[in-house]
Amino acid sequence: MTIRTLRDHGQHYRPRMACLNKAEALVVEMQDQKNGVKASEQKLNVTTIPHVMSGQDILAWIANHMKVDTQEAQVIGTMLVAYGYIYPLQDHKKLVLKPDGSLYRFQTPYFWPKQKWKPEDTDYAIYLAKRNIRKKGALDVYEQEEYNKLHKWMNHKWDFIVMQAKEQYKAGKERKKADRVVLDCQERAYWIVNRPPPRTHSALDYGIDRLIDPNADEKKTLDYYRRIIIFTQQAIMRSRVKSSVSLGAIVKYVTTFKNHDPFLAPCLPSNPWQTDDDTYWELNMRNVEVPTKMRVERWSFSFFELLSDPRGRADFKVFLKKEFSGENLAFWEAAEEMKWGTAASMSEKAENIFKTFLAPGAPRWINIDGRTMGLTVKGLEHPHRYVLDAAQTHIFMLMKKDTFYRYLKSPVYKDIQKKAISPAPHNFSDAQLEQNAKNRKPGIDPIIIWQQEEEEKAKAAAAAGPIDIKKLMQNKLDRK
Amino acid sequence: MAAQEVQPNETLASLKTESETLKTKLEEERAKLHDVELHQVAEKVEALGQFVMKTRRTLKGHGNKVLCMDWCKDKRRIVSSSQDGKVIVWDAFTTNKEHAVTMPCTWVMACAYAPSGCAVACGGLDNKCSVYPLSLDKNENLAAKKKSVAMHTNYLSACSFTNSDMQILTSSGDGTCALWDVESGQLLQSFHGHAADVLCLDLAPSETGNTFVSGGCDKKANVWDMRSGQCVQSFETHESDINSVRYYPSGDAFASGSDDATCRLYDLRADREVAIYSKESIIFGASSVDFSLSGRLLFGGYNDYTINVWDVLKGTRVSILFGHENRVSTLRVSPDGTAFCSGSWDHTLRIWA
Repeated sequence: MTIRTLRDHGQHYRPRMACLNKAEALVVEMQDQKNGVKASEQKLNVTTIPHVMSGQDILAWIANHMKVDTQEAQVIGTMLVAYGYIYPLQDHKKLVLKPDGSLYRFQTPYFWPKQKWKPEDTDYAIYLAKRNIRKKGALDVYEQEEYNKLHKWMNHKWDFIVMQAKEQYKAGKERKKADRVVLDCQERAYWIVNRPPPRTHSALDYGIDRLIDPNADEKKTLDYYRRIIIFTQQAIMRSRVKSSVSLGAIVKYVTTFKNHDPFLAPCLPSNPWQTDDDTYWELNMRNVEVPTKMRVERWSFSFFELLSDPRGRADFKVFLKKEFSGENLAFWEAAEEMKWGTAASMSEKAENIFKTFLAPGAPRWINIDGRTMGLTVKGLEHPHRYVLDAAQTHIFMLMKKDTFYRYLKSPVYKDIQKKAISPAPHNFSDAQLEQNAKNRKPGIDPIIIWQQEEEEKAKAAAAAGPIDIKKLMQNKLDRK
Repeated sequence: MAAQEVQPNETLASLKTESETLKTKLEEERAKLHDVELHQVAEKVEALGQFVMKTRRTLKGHGNKVLCMDWCKDKRRIVSSSQDGKVIVWDAFTTNKEHAVTMPCTWVMACAYAPSGCAVACGGLDNKCSVYPLSLDKNENLAAKKKSVAMHTNYLSACSFTNSDMQILTSSGDGTCALWDVESGQLLQSFHGHAADVLCLDLAPSETGNTFVSGGCDKKANVWDMRSGQCVQSFETHESDINSVRYYPSGDAFASGSDDATCRLYDLRADREVAIYSKESIIFGASSVDFSLSGRLLFGGYNDYTINVWDVLKGTRVSILFGHENRVSTLRVSPDGTAFCSGSWDHTLRIWA
C-alpha cells in the first residue's frame, strides 16, 4: 500500500462507479424499519450498541429479497461489506459477510464510498494520530509504518495534524460512551476499507483513472451538432432489415452449430480439458489425412467455414484442380495476402497479381466483368492494400454462389464424407483420468508448425511451374 | 474538421433542434422494422440442459492483478499480462510457462497473440503497443527483439492482430483507435469519434473482414469501416462505461459488457439493441464478455468476482460460477470452443470447461 502521489500520468478522472448507486439503493432498503434486516441492541465488551445485526440474518434477507440462493447472497453481502456499507464489529479487518452469528452494523452515510472525493492522507494522519494519543501502542504494525511515513512526508503540516487530532479526541471524550464506541467503530471501518491492511485488497481499488472526464459534457459547438446531423442522416438512409429476418438468422446460426459447440454437445472422443487426453486436438490438426465427420459437416455450413478451415480449403482446392478453375481461389488468396500484408510489399504484390491474374493473356486469368476489371487495373497503377477489394468480392461471391454448391455435390466432397472418421467417446475410469492428468502431452510449439508451413508454401510455389495456356484454354472450351 | 462558416439561418439552437428531430426520426425508422422480440423468436428453441462447468486449470505465476489474456490459434496456449508489467505465455494444457517478458511499464492492459503463433503484442501505461517475436530458445531474451509499433498519446486499453501478423488494431485512453503496419510502425488508419476513453475492441469474423467494433467510456459502441476510418453504426443504450465488446460468431451482431451491470446484444442488420442480460441481484459491472462457439451462450466476467453464463436467445441466466477471489478482468473462449479462460485481479487465470 502506498501513499498516493500526484504522479498519475495525467489520468485523474475516476471512472464512474455505477454500482455504487445500486448498492446504496439496496442498503437503504435493508435499513427500512418495517421490511429491512432485523436489528437489535447487542452488548460489545461492556457497552450496549444499538442496531446490530447478525451475518446470517443479513444473508437471509438478501436471499429472500433478491430471490437468490445462499451462495449468491453471500457474494452480494460480502461486496457490501467490502465496499464499506456494512461493517463487522468483531474481526474488523476481515471484510467478508460471515453466514453465522457474527455481528454487523450499517455504516453511516457520511462514510459511504462516494465518487466525488478521495479520502485524503491528511485525514488518515489525523485519525492515526488521534488513536495514538488515546492509547500509545494502539496502532497495528502496518498502521505504525504508515504513520511514520506520513509524519515524514507531511512534516510541515504536522503541528496542524496533531492539533486536529487533539481537538477530535477532546470532542470525543465529551460524548456518551455508547455514542463514542459507535463513532469509533464507524471511523475504524471506514479506514480499513480505504487504507486496507497489507495482503488484503480494497474493493475501492478500481484500476487506473480515466483520461477524459466522462462526467464533463462535450462542448456543444456548431460543429458538434453538424457532425451529429450528418451522421444521423446517413444512419437514417442506411438499409436495415426486419427484426424477424435478422433475429431469425441468429437463431438459425445457433441451431446449425448446436452440435458443434463443446459446451452444448460433447466433443468426440472427449474434451481435452476435461479428460486430460488431447486426442481431440490430434484428430483435428491442420493437415490430417483423414478429417472427422463433424469437421467435414461443418464445411457444408457456409463457404466461409470451408475456407476458414485449412483442411477444408485444401479439399476445395482438390475439387478446383479437377475442374481446372483453381485461379479464382488463387486470386482470392493473393488478394487476402495483399490486404493483410506489410505496407512495404504492396507494390510488388500488386505487380505479381496483375501479371498472374489480370493482364490480358495472363497465365491464371480470372473472369470478372469488364467494369470491375477496368476499375481494378486502373487502381493498380497506384496500388494500395484495398485496391483489389471490388475484384475480390466479385470472385468470392462467384465461388460462394456457384462453385461452393457444386463442390458440395461433387464426388470429391462425397468421398471425403465417406472417408471421414467418427471417433468413439472415451470412457475413462477414475484411475485412468488420474494417469492422464499426470501425463499431459506438451504438444508442438506453434513456431515449429509455422516454419513447416512456410517451407511447404515455398515448395508448392516452386513446384507450380509455368502453366500450359493452350491446354488450359482447350479444357475451358471443351467444358463450354 | 475545420469549422465551417456560419450559414445565415444556422444558430446553435436551430442545429440542436434539427439534430434532436433527426434522432427521433432515426428511432422511428428503426422501430418500423421491429416486428418481433428476440425471446419471441427463441420460444421455438429448446431449453438448455443443466451445465457442469468447473475450473480445470488454475494458472499461478503472476505477482499482481491479471489484466488481459488472449488465446493462441493452437487452442491451448495463452498469453496474459498483469499490473506489474509481466507478460507470460503459457501452455494452459500442461500449465507450463513457456515465455516471460517484463515490460518497462506497469498496468499492461492489453495483450494479443499473433495468428501465426510466433509473436505476442502488448502495451499499457507506456502508451505504446509493442510486438515481441517468440523464440524456440527458452533462454533467449525476448526483450532484445522487441518492436515498438503503435504510439498513442495515452494509455493503451486493447490491441488485436488482424488476419495476419502484419497489422495491429489498437484502442486507447486518448479516445481513438488506430490500425498500424507492424513492420514499419506506420499508422495506416485512425478512427475518431469516441468522446472519451476507448476501452475495448473486437474484429469482425465475417468473410469481408473489414469492420470492427469499439466500446468506450462515453457509453457508446461504434462499428468502424477499417478502409475508410468512418464510423458506420453507433449504439448508445448503456448507462455507463462499456468495458468489453465481442462479435457474435456469425458477425451479424455483437455483445457488450458494461459498468452498469448489464450485458447487451446489438443486431447489426436490424440496427438496434435486441437483448439486455441483467438481474436485480447483479449489481456490479461486467468487465469482459465472450460467446461460446455456437453463439448460444454468453459468458460474462464481473467485478463481484463471479462469472455469469447467459442463454443468448432466451435472455435468462443459465449458471453462475464462483472461484475467483477478486474481480474477473478478462475472459475469452478458446478458438475451438472447448473451454474459456478467465483472468482476475486475484493474480490467477482459470480454465473452465
